[in-house]
Amino acid sequence: MASKYDAIVIGGGHNGLVTAAYLAKGGEKEGKNKLKVLVIERYHKVGGAAMSEEIYPGFTYSTCSYVCSLLRPEIFRFLDLPRHGLQVIPYEINSSPNHEGEGIVTYSDHDRTRESLRRHSIKDAEAYDHYAAEISRQCRFIKPLLMVTPPDPTRLNPFAQNKINPWGKRNDLEGLLKIGREFGRMGEKQMYEIIRFWTMSIGDFLDEYFETPRWKGFAAASSIIGTALGPYSPGTAYVLLHHYMGEVDGQIGAWGFARGGMGSVSKAIASAATEAGVEIRTNAEVAKVIIRGGKAVGVTLGNGEEIYARTVVSNADPKRTYLKLIEKSDLDSIDPDIHAYAKNFKIRGSSGKLNIALDGLPQFAGLPKESAWGTIDIGGDFDYIERAYDDYKYGSWSKRPFLDIVIPTTVDPTMAPPGKHFMSVFVQYVPYKLGEQPWTPEMKSAFEKDVLDTIEMNAPGFKDLILHCQTRTPWDIENEVGLTEGNIFQGELTLDQMLFNRPFPGLGQYRGPFDNFYMCGSGTHPGGGVMGAPGANAAREMLRDFKHGVV
Amino acid sequence: MSAQQYDVIVIGAGHNGLVTASYLAKAGQKVLVLEAREQPGGAAQTREFAKGYRTSAVAHILHALHPKVIGDLGLEGHGLKATENRIGTSAMLPGGARLDITDDKAATQASIARFSPADAQAYHPRMERLVKLAGALGSFLMKTPPSPSPAANDFQTKLALGMFAVQLRLMGKKDMLEMSRILTINVADLANDFFESDIVKGLLGFEATLGVYLGPRSPNTVFNLLYRLASMNVKHGQGGLFLPQGGMGAVVDALVKAAKTAGVTIRTSAPVGHILIEKDVAVGVVLANGEEIRAPIVASSADPQRTLLHLVEPGNLDTEFLRRMRHLRMNGCVAKVHLALDGLPDALKQAQGRMVVAPSTNYVEHAFDCAKYGRVSDNPALEIVIPTLSDPSLAPSGKHVASILCQYAPFKLRTTTQDEARTQVLERTLNVLDQVAPGVRNQVTASEVLTPHDLESKFNLSGGQWHQGEVTLDQVFFLRPAASFQQYKMPLPGLWLCGAGAHPGGNVSGAAGANAAREILNDIRKTTARKGAA
Repeated sequence: MASKYDAIVIGGGHNGLVTAAYLAKGGEKEGKNKLKVLVIERYHKVGGAAMSEEIYPGFTYSTCSYVCSLLRPEIFRFLDLPRHGLQVIPYEINSSPNHEGEGIVTYSDHDRTRESLRRHSIKDAEAYDHYAAEISRQCRFIKPLLMVTPPDPTRLNPFAQNKINPWGKRNDLEGLLKIGREFGRMGEKQMYEIIRFWTMSIGDFLDEYFETPRWKGFAAASSIIGTALGPYSPGTAYVLLHHYMGEVDGQIGAWGFARGGMGSVSKAIASAATEAGVEIRTNAEVAKVIIRGGKAVGVTLGNGEEIYARTVVSNADPKRTYLKLIEKSDLDSIDPDIHAYAKNFKIRGSSGKLNIALDGLPQFAGLPKESAWGTIDIGGDFDYIERAYDDYKYGSWSKRPFLDIVIPTTVDPTMAPPGKHFMSVFVQYVPYKLGEQPWTPEMKSAFEKDVLDTIEMNAPGFKDLILHCQTRTPWDIENEVGLTEGNIFQGELTLDQMLFNRPFPGLGQYRGPFDNFYMCGSGTHPGGGVMGAPGANAAREMLRDFKHGVV
Repeated sequence: MSAQQYDVIVIGAGHNGLVTASYLAKAGQKVLVLEAREQPGGAAQTREFAKGYRTSAVAHILHALHPKVIGDLGLEGHGLKATENRIGTSAMLPGGARLDITDDKAATQASIARFSPADAQAYHPRMERLVKLAGALGSFLMKTPPSPSPAANDFQTKLALGMFAVQLRLMGKKDMLEMSRILTINVADLANDFFESDIVKGLLGFEATLGVYLGPRSPNTVFNLLYRLASMNVKHGQGGLFLPQGGMGAVVDALVKAAKTAGVTIRTSAPVGHILIEKDVAVGVVLANGEEIRAPIVASSADPQRTLLHLVEPGNLDTEFLRRMRHLRMNGCVAKVHLALDGLPDALKQAQGRMVVAPSTNYVEHAFDCAKYGRVSDNPALEIVIPTLSDPSLAPSGKHVASILCQYAPFKLRTTTQDEARTQVLERTLNVLDQVAPGVRNQVTASEVLTPHDLESKFNLSGGQWHQGEVTLDQVFFLRPAASFQQYKMPLPGLWLCGAGAHPGGNVSGAAGANAAREILNDIRKTTARKGAA
């Protein structure tokens, strides 16, 4: 059997496309070992969870992910995405409506935010300086970690390259030493702060700075988005960073809309990949990875077609990859624990999505008009979020959910007809199953009603503007996008599933248990969000193996 | 004042204070221990709660007393029988069903098999693995926490860290990875990974959340479980659960004898008003009655908040440190209920010495939900011991005492008043108890409830937190009580912390006291060496 391809990428999500483009370009030093790459996508177009679709005539929906910030600037530059049509429009305002009084408004400008906070509490406004300084210090430490392969602490030489060349020096050893130096430069006190920060709850962290309950609830929002935890659960403080470390045009912590919806991100990466010679096949579902003699040699498609390649890399989440695409007997012949790891991998979906076509712009209670230009968080104090979490804990959707709303059409006129708007509503918390029961259409419409009522309460008259509404529960997200249990990060972002433990203990370096098999999705370090870092890191590891003749 | 009478003043005659005092006195220091109450013992004493009925005041099971402390201070020679009255654990279900966990492996398996044969098979291998992992953590109990910055550690500490690394390596790759995986996860997930029956999962969830303001679904709860398992290990504790003859007071009696033999002076009914500070140095204490006692070293076994926010007068410490102290998580959430019983229902007589009511993960989680919103749990999880079964002298002949931990009864209540909370704790505890042991309610002749508030006011435990600060990942090791001050030395020269608020935290282990004494002696040696050189 002749291998037609050097690599097959399973799944055309943004990370799969980044991996493919990097491989085809031959890594960052362009031109060296360029590879022939095939991307196989089951849907009729690429993008996975970063997708734009016309669901209602005239309107472009960002069906899953909805804002852009985390995409690594390295990738942005290397793949020259602006030339491939990607334009990110930053927005400057975040707000939270309040139907009983004045809402909270923050800006990307620090001083303006402080002034805005003074309207609620002078003490909080003063504390905001210290808080912001602490957050940027924490981010400064974590950012260099994103684009390196986590070292394996259990190896004798944690920087050994692979089993063929166990004493080899890692290239990213340099990167890690840099982090080490950065850590050392910080001084003892800062080190302690970092260690403490990674294990504490966002509730405790914010309590140390602020007093206004609603403001604390608002500030906690980024910590719970996409997780199955409440603000008082330890470990949530870290998730906050995960949403703060992005940048748009070099402005750190900024978020923006991709012009034309999030599908534009995937489209631009796909275009860069195709230009580099990547072949993309859509409407083709991979059924199995073919393993022979402990090596991955290719894939079988749903229609029985077999495609061979020198390497296989999966952009699917770890559960789907190891429990569905790979035979248990193949896993067990390497190490029976891997099946258990995959089974115990925590990937609970906790969020739903409503995509709404609107006849006009809603007005939110207690907020200025321009707040619609950015994100609008409907929530309340910690109790509001904890109660929403309680519903979820015992197997129901939150009756009064936390909502993260954007209306990208306020700044991007390409997504809806003039005067009309597209609204994306991210809903937290929504379980994958109700108790142990799957979702029924009745339950889904009851859920939809709870969300719409919550918005109506905070934006009177909103319901009259609805032209069309698409509701997606984690159940739908699994079935339509392929993310197991509808988890948007391909695996919960808790400490036990990060760094060298992502996806599983011992497989944290993008290499699978088989030779020639790799992982490149958000289920690997550094995790989810439209970041592209896992894809780029995986490609770097693969290219290294190609260079050293391991594959 | 004439020449200083004492080298060291120890504040508080709780078990840690006594341990520190004994170690220092054995090393030749002149030590004075000051205790606010009429009798020594702090949270580890035996006291009468109703006429003729006595029981351990706060802690009621002994499992963590460190073997090194027992040996160094010769506690067995002073009458302590630390490994007497070994008890097992029974998980009780409403309606009378019960699961017994004892040293008898076969019997335990058979007992679990009645609920789930798969769990019976899995129980021992799973728990043994956890104990093995916990053992590696346990080796740090008797060590002074190092600094994360390598340059800041002395040779001893580096050696200890190196040994720890070697120990981890010897566990093997799989166990190392397993440790890194489970250390931060929540116990509900771990229980689901390991077991299938609600009763086993509920028991595990209870063990992991006892004494912390977290529910089974809160991350980092497995750490608390490992911490408890570590202290039950023979190497780092007594190797099981024990009900000491005479209650916890027996431990204190032995410690007092050991201290006195070593030459320690103990003054009771001598509450410290504040710490005497001159030229930014702690030079002694001032008692509540105004008496001034001087010593170059003051070691406080009171909790960090009490020591640094109350005993040190304002204006002597920097604000950032004080902010950290004020925000220590010490929301005590366990109430103690003591019942004087006319007789004992069969259900309580037949079960193992320690009974737990926590039928499922969700039961404990629901109980925690109430605490989250500042209320006493509607259906609390309980740990019950009947000390009179092994030591009848604690009650009049034929009568019994039940000593119960009621989780959760938070210190920070929102709308409930203290009196209401006390009534609720008793009422709800009896309700739950009556379900697992029908008829017990009618046999209660007297009762006492100690809410976290009572623990604060009666035993000087801030927040009613009996570990003097929750033992959670962000408050242990080099973060206990605060970063940079993990080596028992406080930011005020001359002031040391030697209670459970310092590493390694609570349980009646004496480890914090022993570690603090070691550091104090090191410091004294260094100072004398410097003086000698000069």
